This record gives sequence, C-alpha cells and structure tokens, in this order.
Amino acid sequence: MKTKNWWKSGDPWIWLTASAVTISIVVVAALLILIAVRGLGHFWPSPIMEAQYTEADGSTIRLIGEIYDEETVPAARLRDSGISVKGDWVTRYLLKTGNRHLLGLDFRWILASQLQNKKYPKDLIVVERREWGNFYGYLKSIKENGKVISTGETAWAELHKRLKRALGIQEQIHHIQKYDIGDINYKLERLRLYQRRLELDNELTANKQAEIAATKAELNARFQALNQKLEELYKSINRDSFTAEIMDGRIAEIPLAKVVHVNRPNAMSLFDKIGFYLMKAWEFLSEEPREANTEGGIFPAIFGTIVMVLLMSIIVTPIGVIAAIYLHEYAKQGIFTTTIRIAVNNLAGVPSIVYGVFGLGFFVYFIGGNIDQIFFPEALPAPTFGSPGLLWASLILALLTVPVVIVSTEEGLSRIPSSIREGSLALGATKAETLWRTVLPMASPAMMTGLILAIARAAGEVAPLMLVGVVKLAPSLPVDFQYPFLHLERQFMHLGFHIYDVGFQSPNVEAARPLVYATAFLLVAVIVVLNLAAIWIRNHLREKYKALETA
Amino acid sequence: MTKSININSIAQRESALILENEKICLEVKNLNLSYGDKQALKNIDMRIPEKRVTAYIGPSGCGKSTLLRCFNRMNDLVDSVKIQGEILLDGQNIFDNSVNVADLRRRVGMVFQKPNPFPKSIYENVAYGLRIQGIKNRRILDEVVEKSLKGAALWDEVKDRLRDNALGLSGGQQQRLVIARAIAIEPEVLLLDEPASALDPISTLKIEELINELKSDYTIIIVTHNMQQAARVSDYTAFMYLGELIEFGETSTLFTNPSKKQTEDYITGRYG
Repeated sequence: MKTKNWWKSGDPWIWLTASAVTISIVVVAALLILIAVRGLGHFWPSPIMEAQYTEADGSTIRLIGEIYDEETVPAARLRDSGISVKGDWVTRYLLKTGNRHLLGLDFRWILASQLQNKKYPKDLIVVERREWGNFYGYLKSIKENGKVISTGETAWAELHKRLKRALGIQEQIHHIQKYDIGDINYKLERLRLYQRRLELDNELTANKQAEIAATKAELNARFQALNQKLEELYKSINRDSFTAEIMDGRIAEIPLAKVVHVNRPNAMSLFDKIGFYLMKAWEFLSEEPREANTEGGIFPAIFGTIVMVLLMSIIVTPIGVIAAIYLHEYAKQGIFTTTIRIAVNNLAGVPSIVYGVFGLGFFVYFIGGNIDQIFFPEALPAPTFGSPGLLWASLILALLTVPVVIVSTEEGLSRIPSSIREGSLALGATKAETLWRTVLPMASPAMMTGLILAIARAAGEVAPLMLVGVVKLAPSLPVDFQYPFLHLERQFMHLGFHIYDVGFQSPNVEAARPLVYATAFLLVAVIVVLNLAAIWIRNHLREKYKALETA
Repeated sequence: MTKSININSIAQRESALILENEKICLEVKNLNLSYGDKQALKNIDMRIPEKRVTAYIGPSGCGKSTLLRCFNRMNDLVDSVKIQGEILLDGQNIFDNSVNVADLRRRVGMVFQKPNPFPKSIYENVAYGLRIQGIKNRRILDEVVEKSLKGAALWDEVKDRLRDNALGLSGGQQQRLVIARAIAIEPEVLLLDEPASALDPISTLKIEELINELKSDYTIIIVTHNMQQAARVSDYTAFMYLGELIEFGETSTLFTNPSKKQTEDYITGRYG
C-alpha cells in the first residue's frame, strides 16, 4: 500500500528524471576532468629518480629516470610472461629513462619490489633535445671546440650561459630559414609560374625573358648571401657541447645546438616549477611540433582548426540563411517544399565520411581540377586547387552543417508573429523591405543558434577532413604575410586529426600519450571558446530584438 | 457588452449628418470575397464619406474585419482568397493590376487589434514608414516623429525617451504609438481594426478621444465589437451580418431608428 502511494505520488518519476540528468553531468564532468588532469599534468616537472635495481638474473644496475606511470597487476599475468615474482599482486612502474640514442628504448617497466636506495639527487639534469627525446644524467664538463673549459659546480652556470647563446643563434637560423629563404623560394616559384604563363600565352618576349632572368639572378644572389650567413651561424652554434654521465656509467657528449631546455627538476623550488610549467604550457600553445609531432607545440593545429571553422562559418551562414528564407518566405508551400525539408533534415544525418568521399571526388578532383585547367595552367601538372586544401575542407564542413543552419533559421522565421509582418506591410513596405528591416533582424538570434550548432559539429569533425585537406605536418600556415595572405589551396593541420596522429601513428606511443590528452583538452577548449563567442553574439541580438516574448 | 444604448446622448449630437451630401472617399461596388469555398463577403455596396468616422459593427465572424482588410489589400497575404468586385479610391479600382500595393498601403494606413510595435526604439518605430520611402534627412525625420507623436497624443509621455525600446511602453501607449506610426506617412484613410479591444478603459478612452481629433485630417474606418464605442466615436455606422451589409447610415439614425429588423435586434441585444 505504501509503495503504491509512493508510486502514485510521482516521486519515482522525479528521481528517474533527476538521475538521468545526474548521469549526464557526471559523465561529461568525468571526461573533462580526465583529459584536463592527464593533459595538463604533462607539463609539470616530475622529479628524477636514481635507484639500484635488481634484474631478474640477479645482477644490479643503476637506473635514472622519471616515474611515468604506476599500476598494480596480478602476479600470475607476469609469471605467464616469464617474470618470476612472489605474491598475488605486484606493483610496477613505467620508468622513462630517456637517452634513446644510447639505450635504444626510452621507457621500461620495472617492479617496485626490486628497487632499492631510491634517491633524488639535486644535480641530476634533464635535457630536452631537438631530436632523440629527453636526456637524463650527471653533468660532467663543458667543451668549446672540443676543449674542456669548465667542470664541476661551475659547469652548470656555464651551461646556462652558453645555452642561451646557442638558442639565440638557433632563433636566427630559424628565422632565416623560415622567413627569408622561405620568402625567396616563394618569389622564385611565382616567377617560374609567371614565366610559364607568359610562355603559354605566347607573350614571352626577349625583353620579358631578360627581366625575369634579372629578377631571378637577384633572388639567387640574395639566397647565396643568406646561405653563407647560415653556414657561419651553423659553425658558431656548433662551437659548444657538454658531456654527461648516463645511468650505465657511459659518458655522452651532446652539442648545445641540439638542446632546447636544460634543468634540474630535483633542485627546483615550487616557484621554479610553476614558472617551468607555465613556460612549457605556453610553448605547447605557441610553437610548432617537433619529432613527428611527439614534442614541441601544436600551434599550427590550433591555428588551422580556427581558420577552418571561421571559413566554414563564413560559407555556411549565408547559404543556410538564404536557403531558409526562400523555403519559408517565398516558396509555395506544398508537397515539393515538404520533400525538400525532409531531404534537408536527412542530409544532417549522412555520415561525415560520405561527405569526405564526395568532396574528394567532386570538389577536389572535378571542380578543383577544372579550376586548375582554367586559372592555373602554368602550374600544371602540379595541382593548385586540384588537391586537398583548406578551401575544400571548409566547403565540405559547410555542406555538412548547412542543414542545421537552414532548420534553425526556418524555425526562427516561423516564430516571428504575423502581426509584426502585417504592421510593416501596412506601412507600405514591400515584402523584401519587411524581411530586411524587421523579420531578418528579429530572426538573427535563431540564425546564430544554427551557427552555434554548426560550429559545434564542424570543429569536432575529423573523418572527412582526412580526405580533403588535413595533413600530419603542414610546412606553412594557411595565413601568412605573403600575397594573397589567405592561402585557400594550402593543406593545414587540425587538432582533431592531430589527436589521431599523435595517438595512433606515433613512433613513440608512451611519450605521445600525455600529448593526446593535452591536445584533446585544447580541442575541447577551442570549441568551447568558439561556441561561447557565438552564444555571446546571440544573447546580444536577443536582447536587442526581444519582441518574441511579448508579442 | 452592455446591451442598451443611451439614445439621448446620440440624438443630441450637434449637426445632422446626411450621407448623400458627403464627399465620397471610398466606394465599394458589388464586392464578393471568399476563402476557398467559404464566402465571407456577399455583394457589398457602400460609399464611405471623406474625413468622417465610419464604424462597422456586427457579431463575430460577420466579415467586418475582412472587409476592412480589403481596403488596404491585406487579404492578398491569404493564399486561398478570391475577390470579385471593385473598391474605388479616388475613382480608381484598388484591385486593378496597375495599382502598386505598397503605394496603396501608404495611402490607406492600418492599426491592428493588438498593438504591434517593432522591436526598435520609439523613434525608429514612428520613422519606419519614412525610412521605407528612403527619407534619411535627420531634420525631416525628427520633425515628422514629433508631429506624429503629438498627433497621437503620446509626445508628452515619451519625448524624453525616444531612444528607448518601444516594447517598454504600456499597452495603451503602444497602441497610440502604432497610430503615430500609421499617421507619420500621412495616409488618406486610416483603418482601425478593433483598436481598443486589448486595452483597459482609460486607454480606451484616450484612443477614442484621439479618433475624434484625427477625423479632421483623415477618413477613419473603425471595426468594433463595442456598440457604445461605435455610438460614441462614429459619424456613420454600418451593420454587417453573415457577410452581408444589412444597414448603413448615420450613426444617430441607425442606433435610434434602425430601418431593418436585424439591426434592431442586434443593437437591442437580442442576438450578437
């Protein structure tokens, strides 16, 4: 009886609905917290451990590295794979030993029970290098042109001083390679295309030829000068090196030209650690990836994602809105328009990879190929727009999301009270004037809602992009200072694809794992920021045209 | 609705109006209108005098609003509508193909049952019609806005907040704003479709006073459910029933001495 009353009171229903909400919130929060913790923790300097380790054959070795992961596994599983352990459960650590070029592997699993004499010496150094991953060891000496100039305690200060110099030179080299030489190459390529075009148009006169040759000679001379400067810089950067002792007692020599950071995490104060953390996080956001995307930053991917989403918004909004206006305002309502509406709604449900295939076949090969034939014959057989690129990726995403914009805009248009339209018409406005001056402004929040949904869908989409423009590593950003500034034909990097690439295509899975989390976190953050911006605009518009509630 | 009319107050109205002596503004000739199969107006013939207030009364669904919406061709918006017959405005048939609907609506303004200001400022609401006509001159706009708001007896209440959103006004103020918006483009005819039915008694009174003032400049046609209101504000009254025009004449005569039995039944409250 009591249960029956409780049932009738409606309480179970409230509990059921509330728990559905709770589950959703918990799942989303857990997801965000997981990727945030895993991703953001990556930049924190972990302590470097030195310890004695007894191998399975009874010999003892010295291990140096950072503990990367810890897990408790059933002992039986280890015994099955030939490791003799006691007990039922065994704790083991994943130790990052670094020094890949010397040890072969930079990660190994070790058993907690076999570790003795754990200590964290303050003078252990961690070196982040341009290649071969991290280096761990004890600093021994500093060399200049092969001659030892500093050892012992003074070496650490000397190392810092000389690293600063090396990094400064590295910066110069990078600038020359990327901007100065890049610029010359770009100009040479344009010159070649210009010449080829004149040739195709039969306008390549001797005069022009001489002109082109002169420009080319000038560019080449500049290139030679830069090259010479580069050589000098290389010589100067390769002056210094340092030696250090690694865990098996060998001494390694490392040129400073290959070093990005050196630090002694065990000697860092909390304040130092925070500074280091922020520096690493900023580097992650602002720099280009290194080492097959497993090190360095992901700036090109952030940039590519944002540019692509913005471009998609610019394409999808007018198309969707105009289509919705026609469907709702002008088209005669009947079976035909109903059919179109159903088709539009179904379009939103087509798997995105299908759009990718369609885009590759239709946009890239057919339209892009024809554009190349007509507008860029001088570049053939190398494609300009006839290969995957930013424009096609944005177009495909626009196509993918246009139904969302159409549906929300139509909804917005139908919510506008007829009294407002009549009021405008009764004042002598034509239908078009009524639309422009009254109806569309009032429907603009609905259009923004459509755009918000479109962005949410497009920013997370990866599958079609793999076919129509996203690459693992793009040599240059789609926007730069070279005319025409926005390079729609270029391939670009994308956060979503970057996650896939780093997570599954990486040569060094363990090293890349935290980057997967960090990148995922960043992708979520970028989408949230884009959405918040759109929501802010929508609320602003709503405030302005708040007639719907009162009328 | 009060079923009895204070006949004395109507009889005492100053001059006796005679329809035959009036200058005619709109002439309806044998007008038939149907929505699909349903005929809403049947053979309407009437002549609406200039610069007078003409009221339409009749029970719900009798076609009075439909007829009103014919004068500025608002019925064009309904897909299934079919219209036969003519309405002459200054001798020209408004249903003629050569008539530009937007121009017609500029000459025949309309105020709706529920106040429908645009979600813009008070100023922009009044200036809307002028902006549509392409007038951008600030001075002209300022002038017209002030004149129209004064004409609609709203100026004193809103002159300090012309830039505020019109939706912040009360219902009665909104309705007067809508009237100001309509008279800003100086129409010849003003159609009022139950303009006070959504308002409180005091706002209603203000609207009625306003109608009285406006009739010196405009031909006003008003549809109302409220017979007292018709008696109070109109010079001529038309009684419609089931799509037909039953009786049309001076308001005082129609209310005191109706010539048709149906009219008498309606105004004495036997049905309606």
